[in-house]
Amino acid sequence: MRRMTDSFGRPVVVVTGIGIVTSLGVGKDDNWAALTAGKSGIHPITRFPTDHLNTRIAGTVDFLASSGRSASALTHEMAELAGREATGQAGIGGDFGGPLFLAAPPVELGWNQRFELYARGSAGQQGYDRLLAAAHGVPGESYEEDTQFGAVVDRLADTFGTRGLPITTSTACASGATAIQLGVEAIRRGESDRALAIGADGSATAEALIRFALLSALSTQNDPPQKASKPFSKDRDGFVLAEGSAALVLESLEAATARGARILGVMAGCGEKADDFHRTRSKPDGSPAIAAVRAALADAGMAEDAIDYVNAHGTSTPENDKMEHLSLSTVFGERIRSIPVSSNKSMIGHTLSAAGAIEAAISLMTMQEGVIPPTINHDNPDPAIDLDVVPNVRRERAVASVLSNSFGFGGQNACLVMTREPV
Amino acid sequence: MNQHDAIITGIGIVSSLGEGPAAHLSALTAPQPRPVLDAERFAPYTVHPLPEIDWSSQIAKRGDLRQMEAWQRLGTYAAGLALDDAGMKGDEALSATMDMVVAAGGGERDAAVDGAILEASLARNDRGVLINEKLTTELRPTLFLAQLSNLLAGNISIVHKVTGSSRTFMGEEGAGVSAIETAVARVHAGQSSHLLVGAAFNTEHPDHLLGFEVGGALHRDAWAPVWARQGMRGGGIVSGSGAAFLVIESREHAASRDRNGYAAIGKVASGRARRGSGGLVAAIGTMIDAVGGSGLPVISAASGAHAATAAEMSALGGRGLRDVRAFSSLTGHLKEAQFPFAVALAAIAVRHGATLPSFDTTFEAPMRVGERVLVTTVGSRRYEGAAVVSAA
Repeated sequence: MRRMTDSFGRPVVVVTGIGIVTSLGVGKDDNWAALTAGKSGIHPITRFPTDHLNTRIAGTVDFLASSGRSASALTHEMAELAGREATGQAGIGGDFGGPLFLAAPPVELGWNQRFELYARGSAGQQGYDRLLAAAHGVPGESYEEDTQFGAVVDRLADTFGTRGLPITTSTACASGATAIQLGVEAIRRGESDRALAIGADGSATAEALIRFALLSALSTQNDPPQKASKPFSKDRDGFVLAEGSAALVLESLEAATARGARILGVMAGCGEKADDFHRTRSKPDGSPAIAAVRAALADAGMAEDAIDYVNAHGTSTPENDKMEHLSLSTVFGERIRSIPVSSNKSMIGHTLSAAGAIEAAISLMTMQEGVIPPTINHDNPDPAIDLDVVPNVRRERAVASVLSNSFGFGGQNACLVMTREPV
Repeated sequence: MNQHDAIITGIGIVSSLGEGPAAHLSALTAPQPRPVLDAERFAPYTVHPLPEIDWSSQIAKRGDLRQMEAWQRLGTYAAGLALDDAGMKGDEALSATMDMVVAAGGGERDAAVDGAILEASLARNDRGVLINEKLTTELRPTLFLAQLSNLLAGNISIVHKVTGSSRTFMGEEGAGVSAIETAVARVHAGQSSHLLVGAAFNTEHPDHLLGFEVGGALHRDAWAPVWARQGMRGGGIVSGSGAAFLVIESREHAASRDRNGYAAIGKVASGRARRGSGGLVAAIGTMIDAVGGSGLPVISAASGAHAATAAEMSALGGRGLRDVRAFSSLTGHLKEAQFPFAVALAAIAVRHGATLPSFDTTFEAPMRVGERVLVTTVGSRRYEGAAVVSAA
């Protein structure tokens, strides 16, 4: 007889549906095939001119109807696609019957929209005066999803029939993991039997790229594009901006069992810790990341030696990869050398608000399939980072438990522990 | 009474009325409460501006101040006030384990750079290249950090050393509701013992006015109190700059620190009403019933937005709830900070047993706050929330 509650007496939370969109394609099948083949989704940017830009590559999703229309439109479309795949797999129709948690980028008008507004304005005015006067004349719901932070999730709530006031969360690069954690907590509180957690980010505009470039965060190794994202390598020089989405249907084990749903994995534990060191750099001793990892393990009721594989944050920045290595070495000690640690970002780039959710989804598939996707572009290993990064080629290996890390700009760190089977 | 009751033990509150619980209590209980308005700087829009603030009293390092624009300064400042008020400032053990939920929009754009690009765009047909040229050379590199929604929480962690969990919610008034709702739920369920929750909004920047005006939401007529704007020109919202941060603790945790606090806050009801054909009126009524708000005085975060405000008037009137204060008549609409601000005012009023003269005699009668107050927030475009704040 299966135990429906965990060692703390809380409902066990499982995953019954998964959906993914990345630059590698739409859906789990295409993504899994590409990831296990070590294929990169990074390519030269065609969405906007790259004159004057030092970084001219990205993992943008260019093959959807709203690609390049506006960040919010693309974020919305990808969230919906992933949500449909996940709820479809879970066998849930249009009445989800539980809350919705969305991780998404902050919204703002795009430049093409500002130009549109400006053109409508009067020649006698300039700057924001002209924009404001023009804005007054446009229909009430124009640019709704680009100016109201709560609009995209409102429409997704309609689409999926979720309950209550939907939440849009942002913890920078940890957002996707935060959305999942919010869902887990709601189920554990008994507020609902199920929750829909989606992470989506379609915000790769020129301004977004320039903002990160001004902070020296991006790789400038544009040629060849597929080689630029090289986590844990000696010549890594920054992350590659990317887009994508993932959705997880989270359910109590009890409810999933009662309706005969197929269980795809267990969301065993979630942990967080904020960093107070700096707005973009993490504390050099790694203590917040260490604390987040330990908090996730403690929440899962598991010891370090129970982790089979780490799905790294692995952004390919000089600093993150070093700090992540230090943190993992501290938590796992000597054993770290024999735990595979790979970074999906080597292939799909950094999908920002979606990353934590996409990487959780890939972690679950890793356990289901018994195959670990590689860290590609590992041609010049960093001698100071002594990790088994599953270099370049996938590995067939039974994996029963995964630690997935997400360490965000602004110091928000979130880690998830997932297992293959309920106990 | 339960050890997991959620108690408000610290309040940091800033608006055009001033800073702190005492200043706001004075403003609200003054015989003829008056708003502070600025109808010049952003004409034709009227705003409720912030007073002069000595940021350094809460943000000591100039380096920290320089990294932020007004919105993040305001939030970080109010967060510091709340921690001081709760007697937690500088207590490392407490702040390192303190959870945080911030409701946030975004930070200020560089209006001068934007203006230059817009003007230049009129004479160029290679606008994509123009954007690259200007943004790569004229943007301050750290401005992005002053704009990022989750960096208000980030700054609070850095400046005030609050480093438990940190979550940011985005979504206008609804995000403020969800922030407090989730904090209270976590305390009730024993998932958290002490949290810092709140929001800030700076309206004194043209891009933040643009965010309202693209929806046609701003009031464009002579100033009038919130309930009196039906039929006037524009959309009804007069915005303000302000912030409210609360320290919420479990009763057990507050007792262990010997703090009585201001008030308890009950389970928050929230929702996403179908707003057509009377749906909103009904939904507001259901929400009031869900929190046991019948017969109570009300502190309302009504925005002035025509349809939403009319629905709230109808719902309150229909339930015989006549003792109502729309505080935004005095402070302006504070977007993400609306619900936290309303809860803060309710807690202050309950603590002091305040008598509040009408802010607007067309809809409000003089009101005495006793042991329980209903707090309502109807988002101007979407989402609603309510809670009862009661004597601790």
